[in-house]
Amino acid sequence: MATPVDAAPLLAVEGLRTSFVDEGVALHAVDGLSFSVGRGETLCIVGESGCGKSVSALSVMRLLPPPPACRVEGSVRLDGREILALSEAEMRSIRGNTISMIFQEPMTSLNPVVTIGYQIAEAVRQHEGRSWAEGYARALEMLRLVRIPEAESRLKQYPHQLSGGMRQRVMIAMALACRPKVLLADEPTTALDVTIQAQILELMRELQEETGTAIVLITHDLGVVAEMARRVVVMYAGRKVEEATVDDLFDRPAHPYTVGLMGSIPQLGSSVEEGAARRRLAEIPGIVPSLRAMPSGCAFAPRCPLATERCRAEMPPLEERRPGHRSACWHWERAAEAIHA
Amino acid sequence: MWVYVIRRILAVIPVMAVVAVVVFLILHLSPEDPAAIIAGDNAKSEDIDAIRQRLGLDRPLLIQFLEWVGRLLTGDLGSSIFLNRPVLQLIGERVEPTAALAVTTTIFSVVLAIPLGVVAAWKAGTWIDQLIMGLAVLAFSFPVFLIGYGLVYGLALEWELLPVQGFVSLSEDPGRFLAHLVLPTIALGLVYTALLARMTRATMLEILNEDYIRTARAKGLANGRVLIVHALKNAAVPIVTTVGVGIALLIGGVVVTESVFAIPGVGRLTIDAVLQRDYPVIQGVILAVAGVYVLINLAIDLTYTVLDPRIRY
Repeated sequence: MATPVDAAPLLAVEGLRTSFVDEGVALHAVDGLSFSVGRGETLCIVGESGCGKSVSALSVMRLLPPPPACRVEGSVRLDGREILALSEAEMRSIRGNTISMIFQEPMTSLNPVVTIGYQIAEAVRQHEGRSWAEGYARALEMLRLVRIPEAESRLKQYPHQLSGGMRQRVMIAMALACRPKVLLADEPTTALDVTIQAQILELMRELQEETGTAIVLITHDLGVVAEMARRVVVMYAGRKVEEATVDDLFDRPAHPYTVGLMGSIPQLGSSVEEGAARRRLAEIPGIVPSLRAMPSGCAFAPRCPLATERCRAEMPPLEERRPGHRSACWHWERAAEAIHA
Repeated sequence: MWVYVIRRILAVIPVMAVVAVVVFLILHLSPEDPAAIIAGDNAKSEDIDAIRQRLGLDRPLLIQFLEWVGRLLTGDLGSSIFLNRPVLQLIGERVEPTAALAVTTTIFSVVLAIPLGVVAAWKAGTWIDQLIMGLAVLAFSFPVFLIGYGLVYGLALEWELLPVQGFVSLSEDPGRFLAHLVLPTIALGLVYTALLARMTRATMLEILNEDYIRTARAKGLANGRVLIVHALKNAAVPIVTTVGVGIALLIGGVVVTESVFAIPGVGRLTIDAVLQRDYPVIQGVILAVAGVYVLINLAIDLTYTVLDPRIRY
């Protein structure tokens, strides 16, 4: 964590609202999300599947279908420039250049019939107007940077000739080839083996120190959050429910949903061998509510052990409860009790 | 790789053997006596017997088959009953118009259908897509002879832009060769173009939903590059398969087209032979067509290895 964090954020998302129109009804997959990330900083966005994490990232990249099928509102400022207002052509010159994204599935996210070298080189060619030879030279440099052995011969290989971990390295190389200022990583390690996960996270940390890229890391895994983040945004049903520094979040969580997520991680020590005395891995009962049937009050209330009448009637606002720690819960002070309920 | 190629070529042998058995049996399972056909309506029964003996038709079936296959292997497909000339020679004389028509039709369809299919998939759901698919349904619904006579009436008879019918050899006059092929190519190719365009669209639609297309777009690539390099390249295997199947379908359409446009090709030879029950010619044509079909399939299989690096044998 040697890199200094600038005061002005590189990526500032303000009141992002993404709606999908289905049979005339607008469903808000993301509703009023705000976050920002500065140079050399890593922000984690955590939540269960279906909470709107990936849609947020795709909204920022403007990779969702165009209106009327899908509407993105709010403000996304990249290095001070509002990108939601850009034309598609202007947006293309930014994608993969100033802001890049890597995806969850390294097995299917690379084109199977195009060589790895080509897939990296074409981005460099597109954005920096370089020749193929220069593009391939950069591709080779990037493969070495992401520590792929025998990089030279890999250039001419196809994705199916590489392991999952290697492919994710290639994805990272591709995303970083044009030296972006911001990298969105959507569950980059979820599809990988645990040992490979650690290697990829380590690689991302090292590259960030070398390049100062701001990283938005989307994950459902609090283990990854603890490893990578400085600040964390917890999302539930399309909204931000808690935001804090990583230490604060783990020490003094202020939302029962966050507490529930923590209860779902197996802890070293509370292991299986303890036999009858072992605590069961806690689960959050119920599922994320459907976008079609959002509760009128707090969206988490139906699953929350602390929920009261007020929670079911009134949506709690996201407010600063302690310095730098925001939570959207009426009972934030008692949040830690959620685990024992 | 070479092992695969050789294995694939060897696999042609059993296929052709089955074809040979079926073709041989056509003659012997037919309700008519070939000897009687040759002898004519007024022949006496001893004449027919004599012919039967000369052709070896009185000998055991297995012996006849083995002798016939033996002759096939030396390139002897027998002789036409009516023209009294070697079948191989007859087919050889008729190959040029048919091959030319098959080639121009394939090129016409591929060049037209693939861009249309790609654009329809890219603009899926818009009026452009609906227009292209509407035209495809229309083209698919009209039989070859209807399109053929329509084109002849409009372009050839009314406006006199193109020759009505017939064929001119390439070696004789390349310009007139092409002029004579325009109408038959369109008549024969439209159905096939429609099939290929729909197939291309369906395959592209599926591929445009793939993760790697999203990756390509996340790189900021231009639409053309995403469509051609990243999507179409992945669609190549199913498209090439359809092109191959289409060539096989063409062979059926060629017979009708050659009749409509009075083209002296293999199709016409076949019709004449069938009408006259000229069995050796029918057998020869079936064998030749089957051979071509098997070779096309072989070529397609070998193309897969070039198109998709994951396919290795």
